[in-house]
Amino acid sequence: MSTVILLAITGVGLGAIYFLVACGLSLIYGLMGVLNFAHGVFLAFGAFLGFEIANAMGATTWAGFAVSLLVGALAGAVFAALTERILVQRLYNRHIEQVLVTVGLALAAVALFDGIWGTDPRFPSAPAWLNETTNIAGANVPNDRFVAILAAVAVLVAIVLFLKKTRYGMIIRAGVENRSMVTALGIDVRTAFTLVFTIGGAAAGLGGVLASHYFGYVSPLLGQTLLIFAFIVTVIGGLGSLLGAAIASVLVALLQQFANFYLSGTGDFAVVILLAVVLLTRPSGLMGRKA
Amino acid sequence: MTTMNTRGTDETSAEKSVEKKVDEMRTAARPPLDTAPAGDLRSRALGLIVPLGLVVLMACLPLLNLSLPGVLPGATYTPGTLHMLALAMVMAGAALSYHLLFGVAGLLSFGHALYFAIGAYGLGIVMEHLELGLVPAALLIVVAAVVLSTLLGAISLQVTGIPFAMVTLAFAQAGFVLVRKDPGRLTGGEEGLRLPTDYVPDWLVGVADTRNLYWLALAGLVLAFVVVTWVQRSRAGHVAEAVRENELRVQVLGMRPFLVKLAIFVAASVIAAAMGMVHLLLNSGAVPHITSAEFTISLLLMVVLGGVGSRWGALVGAFVYVILSQRLAVLAQLPAIENLPAVLRIPLSEPMFILGTIFVLVVMFLPGGLAGLGLRVRALFSRRSAADLDEQARTPEALVQEDDQQR
Amino acid sequence: MTSATRPDPVTTETVTDAVLSVRGLQAHVAGQQVVEHVDLDVAAAGVTALLGRNGVGKTSTIKAIMGLISRSGTVTLDGQDIASLPTHKVAQLGVGYVPEDREVFSGLTVSENLRIAERPGHDHRYGLVYELFPELKERAGQAAGTLSGGQQQMVSLARALLNDNRVLLVDEPTKGLAPRLVQEVGKVLARAAEAVPVLLVEQNLQVVRELAHHAVVLTGGRSVHHGPAAEFLNDPEATQRLLGVHTGAEGAA
Repeated sequence: MSTVILLAITGVGLGAIYFLVACGLSLIYGLMGVLNFAHGVFLAFGAFLGFEIANAMGATTWAGFAVSLLVGALAGAVFAALTERILVQRLYNRHIEQVLVTVGLALAAVALFDGIWGTDPRFPSAPAWLNETTNIAGANVPNDRFVAILAAVAVLVAIVLFLKKTRYGMIIRAGVENRSMVTALGIDVRTAFTLVFTIGGAAAGLGGVLASHYFGYVSPLLGQTLLIFAFIVTVIGGLGSLLGAAIASVLVALLQQFANFYLSGTGDFAVVILLAVVLLTRPSGLMGRKA
Repeated sequence: MTTMNTRGTDETSAEKSVEKKVDEMRTAARPPLDTAPAGDLRSRALGLIVPLGLVVLMACLPLLNLSLPGVLPGATYTPGTLHMLALAMVMAGAALSYHLLFGVAGLLSFGHALYFAIGAYGLGIVMEHLELGLVPAALLIVVAAVVLSTLLGAISLQVTGIPFAMVTLAFAQAGFVLVRKDPGRLTGGEEGLRLPTDYVPDWLVGVADTRNLYWLALAGLVLAFVVVTWVQRSRAGHVAEAVRENELRVQVLGMRPFLVKLAIFVAASVIAAAMGMVHLLLNSGAVPHITSAEFTISLLLMVVLGGVGSRWGALVGAFVYVILSQRLAVLAQLPAIENLPAVLRIPLSEPMFILGTIFVLVVMFLPGGLAGLGLRVRALFSRRSAADLDEQARTPEALVQEDDQQR
Repeated sequence: MTSATRPDPVTTETVTDAVLSVRGLQAHVAGQQVVEHVDLDVAAAGVTALLGRNGVGKTSTIKAIMGLISRSGTVTLDGQDIASLPTHKVAQLGVGYVPEDREVFSGLTVSENLRIAERPGHDHRYGLVYELFPELKERAGQAAGTLSGGQQQMVSLARALLNDNRVLLVDEPTKGLAPRLVQEVGKVLARAAEAVPVLLVEQNLQVVRELAHHAVVLTGGRSVHHGPAAEFLNDPEATQRLLGVHTGAEGAA
């Protein structure tokens, strides 16, 4: 029983990290039709800057940890906003080329991170409590899982509130449905593009710092590995659906954890099989609009 | 009657225009007739002489003592240079297969590496564990590649556009995980697989025989080029191009775009698998990297760099990519670079940073890639190629249009 | 009796006080030319009808004016060339758009559909909108996707009427509506046309007859006829040839 609980909570924690990457991907794809291959480097950049600032401030202090989360989110947001403004926006409405540009940026950025931080993983320190476990019904659950879950829930609530309560949120929701009608109402939808990139980048940057604690290391390729699972999550959840991304994140991560434990390390295959099943039965994903 | 809805009477005219379009499409889907006018004969002859000349030149390189300082690591007969050129030719063959997918059928795949890896790993595993000779093992792998690509292609092609890209990525990722996990000690995990030399003819083993491997790679590339040209000019190739432009119209014609796309997908996968086999022999082994998304991306990079939709572009793109990625690493160790301040030294000593940046610049400022650039330069000198320019220099976006019309 | 040997293309009359003028408009979709050469003027008052058989490029003309598909030629709004402006700038200059299939945001509520249409720096005529469509006030909190076709058309019209526009482009507003609703939409358009000139694509010739002062007729992506709407509709030869319908003798009455 305690194993099941441990796997479940660890799975939800991993799902939380997937969600932090996938929510931005899904919003960006939904609004702009762009598959953002650079999302992983937003994450890695956030993770590295978070790592550096935490070390500078004292990685084992709570203040250092909090500031590293903040800096990670900020770094991801700034990197993403610049990417959108400088590269993606110039190829307005040319989706394949926009994808290619993000591919090129991802290659260049990973190589640059290699040059700056080296290819070997770095190991972040954290406040002592994060490395301890909490006993829940007999299962010793590492505390960093709870922080990841808490952060993802906070991000989910914040994005939902933003989408429901603000004018820009309304524009983004409308744009995901029908971008050209939004522009026909006199709205410069490009501002919304920059905004979703920024929001997505912030979530990914935050996810980067949390992922570095969850997995115990930072490396230039950290983002690329997570990116592929985040892609799978967004397809399963339904491209453009935030709620779909949230549900699919948890589903995929739980499946992965349980399959890894009970079916001798076949988690990644189980995920790919789930993807194939979803595509064959519901090609638009769990919560996607009918194509 | 005072009012009448015009819709009823319009149906017939709409039908007529569909019929007309169907006729146009039939003509377009037919391979071009072989009744070339006399004027074209010269350019057709030229179109044969140039590739043949290139093949002969490439075949002679191991026997010559040519140097191209900066580009080639040494004289053309040295094993180092031959190995690099052979690698470039293998990658060019793989890039051609990717061109078939992306440039001809408009399928943006992020999982093409999987089939390359099936060739490389599959051949090694089959030789080692089934104790088969090179040729029967290779034939078995071709069959395996056909079966697997038909299966996975049929699933992936349930979706189009960006979702297709993601699905292919996911399948390849599963392969990547499998290769690294090393199930049953088949793949060698992170270390990679060693070529089981017992089952390979002696003339293809060892550094001294780089020349033979070089010729093998050249033969593979020529074969890939011929097959790609043949597929492209076949009925399936023409229909695939039509599907890329307007899927609905092809459906009106009663053709099944799905089957055509699947056929192209399988053809591209088998060519990739064949190049993967040569890669295994050339490098005396296989490493997990050739299964990764990065490997597929490097194929995409070659195709885009050379010019989407152009076979020669894919070739040139692959050579530029391989030579740059190998030579830039050497460049980074030059004292001139090592003594630079960190702001300049770090980016300049990362070949992938430079390649990624070049790629971004090509996508943004050079639609049509190197092939497009070549045509533009030629257009300055000849009027005829200026007319070709519109045809040839297609942007990737013109190849895959699916979202915006639906929105 | 109008001559049966009228040359083709014909331009019988150009409007002198046009609010929106289109000259030599061309447009492409996916590399195919869908508008080849369109000249048209939208009179400064009343309804100008854009007519033609299915597939001649009426909707594409409207989309090209909005900048929703790639276009060339000149489009002037109050003397200002807007042919090179992006869609949102065209809309901001006062071009209201009611698309063919309503295109309400189905996941947004009715009131959100209206609020997203509010253009900053303009008065928003909620008074007029709720007077014309009292139902929308009652259903303010309902998701627009759950409305009936007629109600969605109201939302779409309301979005365009909310702002103080210089001209409205209305594309087949009665398509697929029950006869009662067709009449209602006609009334709304008549009311709207009192305040703002309208370019109307409409297949229902009864509606056109009631509303339109001027008519522009397209064939094969080209404008081939300009003139008073009544005169055109009363010409059985021209309507037969250009629209494929008999308007009959009693239509002339």
